[in-house]
Amino acid sequence: MGYKAKFRIWRGEGGEGRLEDFTVEVNEGEVVLDVIHRLQATQTPDLAVRWNCKAGKCGSCSMEINGRPRLGCMTRMSTFEESETITVTPLRTFPVIKDLVTDVSFNYQKAREVPSFTPPADVKPGEYRMQQVDVERSQEFRKCIECFMCQNVCHVIRDHEENKPNFSGPRYFIRIAELDMHPYDVAERKEPAQEEHGLGYCNITKCCTEVCPEHIKITDNAIIPMKERVVDRKYDPLVWLGSKIFKRQR
Amino acid sequence: MERHEYDVVVIGAGGAGLRAAIEARQQGKRTAIVCKSLFGKAHTVMAEGGAAAAMGNVNSSDNWMVHFRDTMRGGKFLNNWRMAELHAKEAPDRVWELEAWGALFDRTKDGKISQRNFGGHEYPRLAHVGDRTGLELIRTLQQRVVALQQEDEKLHGDPEAYIKVFAECTITRLLKDGDAISGAFGYWRETGDFILFDAPAVVLATGGIGKSYVVTSNSWEYTGDGHALALLAGAKLINMEFIQFHPTGMVWPPSVRGILVTESVRGDGGVLRNSEGRRFMFDYIPDVFKDKYATTEEEADRWYDDQANNRRPPELLPRDEVARAINAEVKAGRGSPQGGVFLDVSTRLPAAEITRRLPSMHHQFKELADVDITKEPMQVGPTCHYIMGGVEVDADTGAASVPGLFAAGEVSGGMHGSNRLGGNSLSDLLVFGRRAGAGAAGYVDGLAKRPSVTGVEEAKAEALAPLERTGGENPYEVHHELQRTMNDLVGIIRKSEEISEALQVVEKLKERAKNAASSGSRIYNPGWHLALDLRNMLLVSECVAKAALLREESRGGHTRDDFPGMSAGWRRKLLVCSAKPDGTSVTVEERAQPSMRGDLIGLFERSELEKYLTEEELAEYDAAVKES
Ligand SMILES: Cc1cc2nc3c(=O)[nH]c(=O)nc-3n(C[C@H](O)[C@H](O)[C@H](O)COP(=O)(O)OP(=O)(O)OC[C@H]3O[C@@H](n4cnc5c(N)ncnc54)[C@H](O)[C@@H]3O)c2cc1C
Ligand code: SF4
Ligand code: SF4
Ligand code: FES
Repeated sequence: MGYKAKFRIWRGEGGEGRLEDFTVEVNEGEVVLDVIHRLQATQTPDLAVRWNCKAGKCGSCSMEINGRPRLGCMTRMSTFEESETITVTPLRTFPVIKDLVTDVSFNYQKAREVPSFTPPADVKPGEYRMQQVDVERSQEFRKCIECFMCQNVCHVIRDHEENKPNFSGPRYFIRIAELDMHPYDVAERKEPAQEEHGLGYCNITKCCTEVCPEHIKITDNAIIPMKERVVDRKYDPLVWLGSKIFKRQR
Repeated sequence: MERHEYDVVVIGAGGAGLRAAIEARQQGKRTAIVCKSLFGKAHTVMAEGGAAAAMGNVNSSDNWMVHFRDTMRGGKFLNNWRMAELHAKEAPDRVWELEAWGALFDRTKDGKISQRNFGGHEYPRLAHVGDRTGLELIRTLQQRVVALQQEDEKLHGDPEAYIKVFAECTITRLLKDGDAISGAFGYWRETGDFILFDAPAVVLATGGIGKSYVVTSNSWEYTGDGHALALLAGAKLINMEFIQFHPTGMVWPPSVRGILVTESVRGDGGVLRNSEGRRFMFDYIPDVFKDKYATTEEEADRWYDDQANNRRPPELLPRDEVARAINAEVKAGRGSPQGGVFLDVSTRLPAAEITRRLPSMHHQFKELADVDITKEPMQVGPTCHYIMGGVEVDADTGAASVPGLFAAGEVSGGMHGSNRLGGNSLSDLLVFGRRAGAGAAGYVDGLAKRPSVTGVEEAKAEALAPLERTGGENPYEVHHELQRTMNDLVGIIRKSEEISEALQVVEKLKERAKNAASSGSRIYNPGWHLALDLRNMLLVSECVAKAALLREESRGGHTRDDFPGMSAGWRRKLLVCSAKPDGTSVTVEERAQPSMRGDLIGLFERSELEKYLTEEELAEYDAAVKES
């Protein structure tokens, strides 16, 4: 059942690196991360890779496999031909620390720029009442495992370092949308999405939605509705007022 | 070397660590959070089923007393009853607080937090979000930390003025000044550079030890660091013989063996069958639970809709019972083709309902095993999941016996006795995380002067050693051998000879680990990291094996083939582990379990207590009942 697979893995640290070739055993049912672990145990003990859950739940093991952003722990070896050489490289949008590990601090910085959940002052813990249908929209976005693959693939920052200061990226558009659609959040979200987080840079290519391992409809359910409402808001203050009043009615 | 001064250093960024840090910061303490992975990736993220809290939203008969009783029963009465009491009383407030910080739990029809059934819980009690509750919990706490940082930025111009996260940073030693804690020493994974925390209080929230076993639901982080750090600093561990083997881990393909299949599958109607198609759990209802579980399939199935008039299905017995039953079925030759048993929801719920309630299980099986759980049964078997044992702490403050050291979450011991109920961990993290954070803050307030750090040079030398050796042992091989040994010899069913054999192997591995060598640089070097983790895994394994050898009875997460019964005498005894500062030897001593407070023991019927307590204790019970 087992066979020898050919891998090319990006190795390097401190800004330098190269693709290295490996031949490594693969057994039935294995995923790319298993093979990387076997390399660590048998050939390259210092090969750096992030992982935690091995079940697609933590978003640690993001990498580019044959040029496509994937979770290493959810990419089965059976999806490749046995003769194929599999190329594994780190996420391209973020600086490489070593081998497959990148510096993703950009994302944590952006997370801090989104104002937190802001409930009305008079609702006490335990008093929240919400219907399932009203929380489901935000729940979709809260499925995000912060793998940052949508951030990695978005062309606004993928090869454009200069856009990073002004663009939070799809991960944080869904965070803003989540708060905007939260039945108890009272902060203004849409205007800042446009003005401060760079929603305007997005031209709805949908690459982010395509790579999301949680199948979150980033563009259709978060970005597009927010863009539409930003437009509404710009033309007609009453629409905005209406939406906020509606939200508070519950 | 990089050096930081804090009031409180929290080691661990899972539910317990984050809740502790939030509390310390809310009480005005300068707080550091240190963790091995990125922020938001701690083990808590993997929890699926839910957080147990007697809010009574689904069944209004539920209250803290019922939850307390269930917890004590689940732990076979070995629990620290004060912890079980605080936990049952405070869990609802901790869950509601999360909602006020932005968590979005699934809802009941009247708009409250929905609660689901789980093994050992009398009423539907687990607050949940589909089967990704841990993600919701950790993200909410992570976002709460960010909210506090945003506040601090407004107030002080620096978001990290009062609470800062040191991610991908591993602590290898706690530092002391005389008897008391004075800081912590570690390395940045990213660079290999050393880092020193100068702090009078340290909260351990490092989680579990599962990586000492081959078949486990735990990630690489679970190398028992906090358990070992506490031991080396002079604190004590209790209940280390009790390890929870979750009954349902994946068994195939081999590379995912052990990955968890949430208990919600059974809570929502899934049933266990053997190769003959029999729902075998009916054959394994132990005497102590006879009156609480259904004896026919008809009654069990009626229970899902009418809990007042029917008893629970035996698939929802506490985990230790179900794990042993599966083990026995497989041994008797009635297992599934891939060495487990069948867990089936496909014939129990409509496909759409399965994908709504168990989305991540559906995804996990589809992606990793090519199995569509809406159409066919899963194959499952026991997996090392959780350690009940841990740092001995004061229930109210989380304080360990070493001044300045606190512990909360999976790394602490006592709350769950000999077996944890599903859902009681997430609530434990919140309740005791908060208490440990407050305990640490209070301790710092009471100090006359800051202690000073010592022992830094020794810590440095210890950490560098594997990189300086050439041609030594391969740490991966030492690790594999330890995992196999613990799995085979100190696993779900134990015997004296096998445990002794394991202890001999551990001794040999300790020698080999001392000689472990890592090639490569200090930058993000997993081989080096593993070499350092070996010390912790070996120390913890020694505790587990030594305590397991001493306890001559079977109870909860400790099953002795040579002592199959539960003994009332042993219930009164806790096994306490301590170690020399250089980690060379572990000693285990017996300690008497304090008697339960009168009003708490009075919550049980005498007929139930008779199954657990000694004559002497029953006399105390009669006296207490008479008095009230
Ligand atoms: C698959 C799975 C499903 C589960 N489902 C449930 C459930 O439904 N309900 C429930 O109640 N429980 C569940 N549990 C159990 C529960 O998730 C854990 O017990 C709990 O999350 C432990 O939380 P913690 O805060 O103690 O530690 P963790 O969340 O594990 O965090 C430990 C932290 O400590 C850090 N750390 C460790 N060592 C060091 C070191 N040396 N230096 C620095 N940092 C360190 C780690 O990086 C990490 O941040 C589940 C467990 C698993 C594995
Ligand atoms: S849709 Fe917008 S956010 Fe998503 S990848 Fe394209 S440009 Fe980026
Ligand atoms: S939205 Fe999807 S792709 Fe983006 S970080 Fe979250 S899980 Fe990953
Ligand atoms: S290891 Fe957690 S998503 Fe891959």
